[in-house]
Amino acid sequence: MRKIRVLIAKPGLDGHDRGAKVIARALRDAGMEVIYTGIRQTPEQIVAAAIQEDVDVVGLSLLSGAHLHLFPKVVKLLREQVGDKVLVIGGGIIPEEDIPILQEQGVAAIFGPGTPTSVIIDFIKEKVGAKLQESSKEA
Amino acid sequence: MVEELLKEFYQGSKKAVARIITLIENEEPEGKEILKVLYKQSGRGYIVGITGPAGAGKSTLTDALVKLMRRRDYKVGVVAVDPTSPFTGGALLGDRVRMSDLTLDPGVFIRSMASRGHLGGLSWAARDALVVLDAFGCDYILVETVGAGQSQVDVAGVADTVVLVTVPGLGDDIQAAKAGIMEIGDIFVVNKADRGDAEQVVRYLENTLEQGTKTEGWLPPVLKTVAWRGEGVDKLLEAIEKHRSFLEQSGRLEPLRKMRLKEEIIERIEKLIFTRLIKEIHMEELIEQAYSRQLDPLSVAEMLVEEIIPPTGLAGKRIKLQGRACAK
Repeated sequence: MRKIRVLIAKPGLDGHDRGAKVIARALRDAGMEVIYTGIRQTPEQIVAAAIQEDVDVVGLSLLSGAHLHLFPKVVKLLREQVGDKVLVIGGGIIPEEDIPILQEQGVAAIFGPGTPTSVIIDFIKEKVGAKLQESSKEA
Repeated sequence: MVEELLKEFYQGSKKAVARIITLIENEEPEGKEILKVLYKQSGRGYIVGITGPAGAGKSTLTDALVKLMRRRDYKVGVVAVDPTSPFTGGALLGDRVRMSDLTLDPGVFIRSMASRGHLGGLSWAARDALVVLDAFGCDYILVETVGAGQSQVDVAGVADTVVLVTVPGLGDDIQAAKAGIMEIGDIFVVNKADRGDAEQVVRYLENTLEQGTKTEGWLPPVLKTVAWRGEGVDKLLEAIEKHRSFLEQSGRLEPLRKMRLKEEIIERIEKLIFTRLIKEIHMEELIEQAYSRQLDPLSVAEMLVEEIIPPTGLAGKRIKLQGRACAK
């Protein structure tokens, strides 16, 4: 029985976690195992937790504007440790024009406020499924 | 892959530990292979179960306890188990939230696991994760589970010391007496002890617990803690070490562990037989016959088991396990 494991974290200093918790619950209701690590996490903490929990996805929520600094930092640290194994997605208050910059740096997608949770769920299932197929071909 | 993973594991890689736990949890053949190897290297660690109703502050208490253990230079592993939703199959694993400070501590490994439908609260994978952490070199391995009545029973089957955490205001006296959870605790903790009604709970527990409630010769202590402030946690560690000494010096630790091993083996046999039978035998025809009252369920079960174990018993088969005859 293989479950998709997701880490939801809030890097940086903002404490508004309602959105993150809504996503966490939605993913749980979609059958995933969601580890919620809470607010005020440093990129190092997020990555260390992601590794111990061996997650498939890291979801970052940020409302304070520091996304261009913190999201790529998480991607970089993850890549150093586990290569491209983990899907990184983000949400919160992210201006449209920043999205392509983030994607270029390895954030797979940004889901802003109002995104239907079904969109996020389908995205995760599709991408994680694809990664699994890839790795079983390598094996 | 297995060799590479084991090599990294022996080098102290947390990434390898995490991967191994995942392989075991997903019932991959590599997971089973590795578990068998690591089991042989386990047995040095001491397992502490921390259980109690939701909201009692177990995770906060675990966090404080681990910090204290770290100050004594112990290497600590934590497995935090939360229930899987029976409707969606998903789970919200929220214990880690309270243990953020420990994430970057090199001497601590924390893994959140879902019960994955296992009714007793502890999945097989969670139990196996304890073995992995033991083999990894953890001096203490803490397993934290939500307990409400019977679902705490599992943790008693796995831990050397069981700490039961409760809080005032839950109407615990009736709950505790009803569910029989008084019999599984070696140490009782009343957390959030700064609440006015905490004294009542402490007194109730002290009056109810007797020496020999769980283990002959041991009177479970009742402790007060205010976990978020770290108050009383030193007394908790003291009590755990005292219980451990008691078990070791009275010679009870070994037989208790052997009994748990026996129970584990029996459970695994049941699970394997169940899986094998379901996979290899077409039960539909037998179910039809039982439904139409041509057969009864007891006979169906007996017939199926006889396929594996003849009515004459096993002696006829002369089972040999690794060269040693073990059928009576």
